[in-house]
Amino acid sequence: MDQFILQILNGLDKGSAYALIALGLTLIFGTLGVVNFAHGALFMLGAFVAVTVSNILTLSHKVVDETRTDFLGNPLQVDVPYLYDWFGQTAGDAIIDWAVPISIIIAIPIMVAIGFIMERGLIKHFYKRPHADQILVTFGLAIVIQEIVKYFYGANPIPTPAPEAFVGSFDFGVAFGFDPNAIIYPYWRLVYFFFSIFIIGAVFAFLQFTTFGMVVRAGMADRETVGILGIDIDKRFTIMFGIAAAVAGLAGVMYAPINSPNYHMGMDFLVLSFVVVVVGGMGSLPGAVAAGFLLGILESFASMSAVIDILPGINQIIIYLVAIIILLTRPRGLMGRKGVMEE
Amino acid sequence: MLGLEKKDFRLLLIVIGLTMLAPFLLNPFPEGSEMAQFNAGYPDLMQRFVIFGIFAIGFNILFGLTGYLSFGHAAFLGAGSYGAVWMFKLLSMNVLPAIAISVVIAGLFSLLIGYISLRRSGIYFSILTLAFAQMSFALAYSVLTPITGGETGLQLALDDPRIFGVSQTATGNIPVPALFGLEMRSSFEWEVGAWLFTFNTGYYLAALFMILAFYMSIRIFRSPFGMMLRAIKSNQTRMSYTGLNAKPYTLAAFVISGMYAGLAGGLMASMDPLAGAERMQWTASGEVVLMTILGGAGTLIGPVLGAGMIKYFENIFSKINETILHGWFAFLPDGLENFVVAMIYPFIGKGWHLTLGIVFMLVVIFLPGGLVQGGQKIAALFKRSKPEDAKPNATEPAE
Amino acid sequence: MGLLEVKGINKRFGGLQALGDVNLSVAEGSLHAIIGPNGAGKSTLLNVLVGKLIPDSGSVSFDGQSVLGRKPHEINQMGISRVFQTPEIFSDLSVFENVMIPCFAKRDGAFRMHAIESIFAEKGIQAQADAILDDVNMLEKKDMLASSLSRGDKRRLEMAMCLVQDPKLLLLDEPTAGMARADTENTINLLKDIREKRGITMAIIEHDMNVVFSLAERITVLAQGTPLVEDTPDNIKGHPKVREAYLGEAQV
Repeated sequence: MDQFILQILNGLDKGSAYALIALGLTLIFGTLGVVNFAHGALFMLGAFVAVTVSNILTLSHKVVDETRTDFLGNPLQVDVPYLYDWFGQTAGDAIIDWAVPISIIIAIPIMVAIGFIMERGLIKHFYKRPHADQILVTFGLAIVIQEIVKYFYGANPIPTPAPEAFVGSFDFGVAFGFDPNAIIYPYWRLVYFFFSIFIIGAVFAFLQFTTFGMVVRAGMADRETVGILGIDIDKRFTIMFGIAAAVAGLAGVMYAPINSPNYHMGMDFLVLSFVVVVVGGMGSLPGAVAAGFLLGILESFASMSAVIDILPGINQIIIYLVAIIILLTRPRGLMGRKGVMEE
Repeated sequence: MLGLEKKDFRLLLIVIGLTMLAPFLLNPFPEGSEMAQFNAGYPDLMQRFVIFGIFAIGFNILFGLTGYLSFGHAAFLGAGSYGAVWMFKLLSMNVLPAIAISVVIAGLFSLLIGYISLRRSGIYFSILTLAFAQMSFALAYSVLTPITGGETGLQLALDDPRIFGVSQTATGNIPVPALFGLEMRSSFEWEVGAWLFTFNTGYYLAALFMILAFYMSIRIFRSPFGMMLRAIKSNQTRMSYTGLNAKPYTLAAFVISGMYAGLAGGLMASMDPLAGAERMQWTASGEVVLMTILGGAGTLIGPVLGAGMIKYFENIFSKINETILHGWFAFLPDGLENFVVAMIYPFIGKGWHLTLGIVFMLVVIFLPGGLVQGGQKIAALFKRSKPEDAKPNATEPAE
Repeated sequence: MGLLEVKGINKRFGGLQALGDVNLSVAEGSLHAIIGPNGAGKSTLLNVLVGKLIPDSGSVSFDGQSVLGRKPHEINQMGISRVFQTPEIFSDLSVFENVMIPCFAKRDGAFRMHAIESIFAEKGIQAQADAILDDVNMLEKKDMLASSLSRGDKRRLEMAMCLVQDPKLLLLDEPTAGMARADTENTINLLKDIREKRGITMAIIEHDMNVVFSLAERITVLAQGTPLVEDTPDNIKGHPKVREAYLGEAQV
């Protein structure tokens, strides 16, 4: 039983990331009808916003520390973050420590802006072109974004720690009356899970309860009719692209402490997120979220040693296997609308 | 000639000429000169040019003609490599059976994957092939380690039970792949003044295969079958209402391109007898997509050019470093020199991927026919200056 | 016994009865028109005939064989060709290639792996293609890209692609929809010409009364998924039921 709970928990954080990326992907596909291979790059950019923010916060200047000397006996030069000068050491340390959460606030406008630029500058011109062209041009864009990041940040992963307060693990075992240490789970992953639930909830609420969201949903269902009603759906779709970019970016920001960001992390997640979208049903928002968590949890169950003993390697392929079976037996996915790209 | 139209035959002759003379053409700079590092005429790279050329020619039959974008073709190349290495281990060090088996294995493998993937079209097809390829990669990397060598890859060992041939040479080494005694790695070097030209056996074998592959692709392009594939790309509805069953045609195209990939994999293993799972990864599949589209999908020569270009960039262009750039722009005043170098540097040398990505995007946006189309457009510009442009709308067959 | 026999076809989409007990018989050698107001079920009927939709009940037989459950390409191989509302042609291919493809389909069946033979060596096919292009007065446009043709020429090309297969039955789905008057006239003349020269059996689904009355030999009027009457054009013109069905639709 404790094993069971542990695996579900383990699946949640990956599942959260899948769900967030897939949500944006399917939102873009559902509204704009575009298959965006650069969506993983947006996730990666989000993570690098966190990296950048923490770099900026630790910008330092050299100060000679009279009390200490280096091995030659000269006074030691130490790096002092500007934040120390402005807020004092304690507050400065606290701000640096909270770099990742602070990045969230900064990431939202940046990612929305990037989304706007991407949509207006490039994607817009590909609405009428075949899906293959959309895939190709966004694939090219993903390479370009990746390489730009690589140029500035190098090829190595950059550790980006979570705030001190979230380091360590939560002992579910004690909380649920199992043995201590039977189920321990890092705090930050818990934070990530709740954060993603919050974001998903916010996106759904936005679509459900605002007029803006209502129009967008109507546009997803039947673009032409909405156009006939005289509503400028294109502008709203641009905004949705910005939102999708922000969702992917936030997923990336918060993921930075879980996996040190590197320039190709987006591609790695992209392939799986596509699979998630397909399993959930192209263009279906609840489908993307459900499939994201489902596949995350499934993957973590498949990595249990008891399972691997029977079916070696199943953890490596389970997601793809599920996707292939779904695509062949139920091409519209778990929750996709009938007739959406069934052929 | 050889069942080809005059124009196609001329193109074939050009390709034969270029590949045969490649050791000269790719080594224009004298040995020891500052520019010698831009010589591409060394065996390793020349082999890669033609092998990836084969890979791209095959991919073009699927994507360029039929319009199905596969993101998993590297899986067939990888499978071919594994097959070839196993032939070296078990049968003989002769490359011919190894290459043959690599084509057969890739053919069967692509038949299986194609049969399932082609039940869907459009983006679903792309994602299915992507999923299959990633699955193959994951399996090759983990569970199938006894067959694939897992993380380290499949290599020859000193105790391989070779049926024809020896496990070890007299000197206790692993024997090398050869064609009836002609070792693939053997080269003949010819010094002409300051120049050094290398003629490598492996390269010439691979080049022969590429010429054959190219010839076959011309035949397919100009055949009724090839026309059907273009018809499928153009309009599947009309296809079926004309009494044609698109499915076997697309499957045939898929398997043919899979066999081309297998041939490339077999040749790769013949040049260097090892095979690794990373050859199957989807980024490797992405590379052949880049090559084909950059050169010109649906054109005959485009994929070969694209493959050559990307491999040249990867191996030669990427060597340009800041020092070399400063050397080139030394004639400029200091401040300007630094500025120019700083502006250019991100795009070349180690940053060549960035240039590749940008060029690729530009091609997709503005030149659906790739660099070949770009070349034709430029050529047309020059022709227009002459008075005789009285042939409007004549559709030239894709070159 | 007609060439095409439709018996008791029913088709529902959810709660909507698209076709209700449709009977239809197209005699060999005739030009049979199916008319009706919008939403009468004309397109649904056509899609049943070409194998794109499977009816809930009823039978469709062509030349004595059942059509139901067969795929579009199989139905074409039986001898039924179809002209679409908006011309379906191979836009990225040349006009000449467009007409060669149906020739190959006719000669070699639904699939043949002729990957090594050259198109240029197929003299017989080329001659056929040339002949049909000559017939529809498009020979001088044979090297043009199909997508660069005018709308009228696209229609002509599609017609040629169907005719070159020498079909037993030609189905036409509103062949003049959205056409300018001159193009409509041209199409009518083209169809008349084909009738005279080749005597192909045709079933035409049409909205435009002009076209129908200047071409058809027999007319079936469809309303709300059911055939109202079937008769000669002259009798249909004055038929009260038809007036009723078309009230406000068009001047009959």
